[in-house]
Amino acid sequence: MRTTSIFTLGAVLLATTSTLSAETLRWARSGDALTLDPHAQNEGPTHTIRHQMYEPLIIRDVSGAFEPALATDWAPSADDPNVWVFNLREGVTFHEGAAFTAEDVIFSFERAKQPNSDMKELIGSITEVRAVDDYTIEIVTDGPNPILPSNLTNLFMMDKDWTEANDTVNVQDFEGGEITFATTNANGTGPYILESREPDVKTVMVRNDNYWGIDQFPMEVTEIVYTPIQNAATRVAAMLSGEIDFLQDMPVQDLARVNDAEGLVVKQAPQNRVIFFGMNLGADDIEADNIDGANPLADVRVRQAMSMAINRDAIQQVVMRGQSQPAGMIAPPFVNGWTAEMDAESSTDVDGAKALLAEAGYADGFSLRLDCPNDRYVNDEAICQAAVGMLGQIGVTVNLDSKPKAQHFPLITDGQTDFYMLGWGVPTYDSEYIFNFLVHGRESDIGTWNGTGFDNDELDAKIASLSSNTDLEARNADIADIWRVVQDEQLYIPIHHQVLNWGMAENVGIEVDPEDQPKIKYFTMN
Amino acid sequence: MTDLPDHTAPKLAEKSRLRAFLDSDIFFAFKRSPIAVVSTIVVTVLVLSAIFAPLLATTNPFDSASLNLMNGFTAPMAPNAFTGETFLLGTDDQGRDVFSTILYGMRISLFVGVAAVLFAMVLGITLGLIAGYLGGWVETIIMRIADVQLTFPSILVAMLIFGVAKGITPIEYRDQMAIWVLIIAIGLSDWVQFARVVRGATLVEKRKEYVEAARLIGRKPYAIMLKHILPNVLSPVLVIATISLALAIIAEATLSFLGVGAPPTQPSLGTLIRIGQGFLFSGEWWILLFPALTLLTLALSVNLLGDWLRDALNPRLR
Amino acid sequence: MLAYIIRRVAQSALVLLIVGLVAFSMFRFVGDPIENMLGQERTVADIERLRDQLGLNQSIAVQYFKFLEGAAQGNLGVSYRQGRPVAEILMERAPATLELAAVSGILAIAFGIAFGVFTAIRRDGIVANVIMSASLIGVSLPTFLIGILLIYIFSVELGWLPSFGRGETVQIGNWSTGFLTPSGRQALVLPAITLGLYQMTLIMRLVRSEMLEVLRQDYIRFARARGLKSRAINFRHALKNTMVPVITVIGLQLGAIIAFAIITETVFQWPGVGLLFINAIQFVDIPVMAAYLMLISVMFVMINLIVDMLYFLVDPRLRVDRAGGH
Repeated sequence: MRTTSIFTLGAVLLATTSTLSAETLRWARSGDALTLDPHAQNEGPTHTIRHQMYEPLIIRDVSGAFEPALATDWAPSADDPNVWVFNLREGVTFHEGAAFTAEDVIFSFERAKQPNSDMKELIGSITEVRAVDDYTIEIVTDGPNPILPSNLTNLFMMDKDWTEANDTVNVQDFEGGEITFATTNANGTGPYILESREPDVKTVMVRNDNYWGIDQFPMEVTEIVYTPIQNAATRVAAMLSGEIDFLQDMPVQDLARVNDAEGLVVKQAPQNRVIFFGMNLGADDIEADNIDGANPLADVRVRQAMSMAINRDAIQQVVMRGQSQPAGMIAPPFVNGWTAEMDAESSTDVDGAKALLAEAGYADGFSLRLDCPNDRYVNDEAICQAAVGMLGQIGVTVNLDSKPKAQHFPLITDGQTDFYMLGWGVPTYDSEYIFNFLVHGRESDIGTWNGTGFDNDELDAKIASLSSNTDLEARNADIADIWRVVQDEQLYIPIHHQVLNWGMAENVGIEVDPEDQPKIKYFTMN
Repeated sequence: MTDLPDHTAPKLAEKSRLRAFLDSDIFFAFKRSPIAVVSTIVVTVLVLSAIFAPLLATTNPFDSASLNLMNGFTAPMAPNAFTGETFLLGTDDQGRDVFSTILYGMRISLFVGVAAVLFAMVLGITLGLIAGYLGGWVETIIMRIADVQLTFPSILVAMLIFGVAKGITPIEYRDQMAIWVLIIAIGLSDWVQFARVVRGATLVEKRKEYVEAARLIGRKPYAIMLKHILPNVLSPVLVIATISLALAIIAEATLSFLGVGAPPTQPSLGTLIRIGQGFLFSGEWWILLFPALTLLTLALSVNLLGDWLRDALNPRLR
Repeated sequence: MLAYIIRRVAQSALVLLIVGLVAFSMFRFVGDPIENMLGQERTVADIERLRDQLGLNQSIAVQYFKFLEGAAQGNLGVSYRQGRPVAEILMERAPATLELAAVSGILAIAFGIAFGVFTAIRRDGIVANVIMSASLIGVSLPTFLIGILLIYIFSVELGWLPSFGRGETVQIGNWSTGFLTPSGRQALVLPAITLGLYQMTLIMRLVRSEMLEVLRQDYIRFARARGLKSRAINFRHALKNTMVPVITVIGLQLGAIIAFAIITETVFQWPGVGLLFINAIQFVDIPVMAAYLMLISVMFVMINLIVDMLYFLVDPRLRVDRAGGH
């Protein structure tokens, strides 16, 4: 950082020096964090930026496993099934010097439960957080909650006194357009300290030399310069021309070019996101087809035939350039309840599909509209286009209507589409999350993303019982049963699991994180 | 033998009209300008190959069911690694033959361009004639709207119209609407030039004696406008129309980049370029290069022709 | 004159209001902002609460009226995406766009006039014809492709110029400028060329045809007959006389520059208002879209008004037949 006076105005040079030292990490991806307030938005890129400056009690490491952050260990209480006990890390200080204690944890949970908080749904089951001593807390839930820790990995801890002193105790009213001190400033316990920020343009962070884990983690990056670059071609150009050291959201077609470029490498890992098609099987008749008075999608044989028409290997090889893993179920492999057997259940058989269609009485096929987003998933539009061709081969004529996500998703949640693409990530790493949103019959606060019209009361009861079942073995058996129904009903047509790709300069050392949330403290710079 | 004159009479008339054209100053100037001759030939070849695309193309790229995805990303003149098929200009990301796709895409681009210009022309001439002939508050309203339209960026206008049309079209027709919406959007952003020129000319013509005379013998206003005023403004309209055609084709491509163009299952040249630019860095240059060259050749020839027409039809420059 | 101006201002205001209403009724077709604002865990109750809070349940007319009411008090609302006042964001982004527009405008005018004069004087020369034809290539390709090709050649292959952003900027009061640092100036080159190319071609062609006409006028012929040097004729007399229509067109083209900045800024990740607008469309950020469109409309109507008044001052006769030619 260099400060220059211009004329006598005493203006300040905001940007960093042009001679970048080896420890600066120039980092780009397609979008920016929406706010710095730790509890105001529950969104991937926003969390990613926060993770550099703030910390939760628990984080996930690159394999998706829990790793202690501000809590050193945790376990359900031996006395009360509704209580979890967390031991806090000692000797941790916030950026501005205050010590981190149980008081800050209690405050942060309370703050995250405020009406304006976007994190409140994730911790909805918590009724009380209490301190046993300065470095031990107990979290009380409204019933046994076996998967509570998975809901805490993006729940950041704030300094109670700092928020009070800066009048930012209340979560920023994001939608109301409120700007608080915490929107533009950050005081966490994390490995990097905010230096400057222009939203959507540039964010600069410097290393926190007082970080508790400074000897435990590489911490080799001393300065982070983060720039969102929206246009994919420009993003790749910036990487190729050496203006960027680390790139997320890389177009799959450019992996080879970047990998071949001198001084650049691409690393990949399976992502926690599965892509699939949903079909409206609940309606008596559907609007967008050419069959009157009947809904071909209501017949399980039609759904199976459509799934058999999709050549997942071809999509993987050509559209995704190998950067996907064909899927047979709509759970990413990290998720509790996923099995290799079920994930291999999709097969391609065009003749078999035609026979099934004929058996169902649609030997001449039918026509249908496919709603597809064009700015949400990796190559979403191209996947839909390929599917249109494949379904055409069994006589199902599909008209593709692709549109931005802001127009696409309301169609699903409002039940206005009969055939649609959707992708799903599972932040809790547990099947219950999938069932709640995609399998349970649609009600006001459950089954909200289930656009299939599928509604099975018996299954719904089973799904509802999962949340408080502490007998993990019985719970897992229930999960397997529910999956069996989903698979046999061909409720969805799974396509593939996405693969994450990070581009980086050769001197940058990091493994890819399945959540797409790089934590710069793990980075090495040679 | 007796009915021979009946056949030859129109033929003779035709011939003499053709002769008159061949003897005209315009044609003389045309023959002397190699740029004009070459661009006319290029435009003609391109338009004809677009019209006869189904005969020339080796595949029908708009028939999704006939595509083999495994043919994707085949380089020009090289056999595909999986299927062994060879394509003159290679294939795109969906396994579509680039050559055939360009022919079909040019069809869409030209159709959108020509239809948008025709729409703009009809709208502009009508409003221009009305404004110029009637005057008064009608003129004020029309020309005030024209002023705003002229200064308001045309791509913004087109984007807004596209948004509205998508919204008000019933959901089951949306997938077929894109092209018509493009035509209206581009046409609506382009009518002002025609209206201004026609209005200006009408103002001048209106005061001339023959129009006065026509009015005095009781001819209807619309008849006067169509029969007497319109023919006098045709040459500037022709020039504007030619240049607008090139602009409309480019505008369609620009709108594609902003995500409001022709759908990818029925791509125009602009959509092909939008798709192809994603593969510029990855080594599949043919997906971008060939559609871009085609668009460049088409727009450049039309522009050169328009340029030449402007000079040729401007009596003061001859 | 005063009455004329008042009438024009009133007409413009009316047009603006109508443009605004049309724009406002279009926003709901861009998508549902709620979808982007709440995560996938949101419930129906959350959606209803937010819809209510943002006033999206009200009719278009009411929403529009509220927007106007706010705008009249200098309050353009709050961005759904950034959660900050729109006016503040616009102020922050405007310098980037204005600097880019100014540089490309100056490039377009300087090269446009120079090439225009040259091609008019050497009307039949080979170089002039090459320039004329080559300039058409610039307008026969879509802007976004020109930008991407420039990035490919000058950033990726040659590594001479940066591919994105503004480089280092210096803050002077509320204005952030890229003019004062080497990297800021370098970053301007490619976007400015991309944005200015079309206008340059336009100005060049206009200057050429105006020059050609003026050069045929009698007084130029007389001057030539009197033995004046051709350079003096070309510049002192001919060029001077072409300037009125050229200035008019430049004024009107300011709008086009701002509009095409949307595309240039997207390609080069230039942090200006055009990029802001594109982001707003993707996110259905209604307050930002509304403010941007209103701002652009006001600006264009102003330009139009000023151009009109200039005409009026220069030649009152034009009032009657103003729009007849270019």
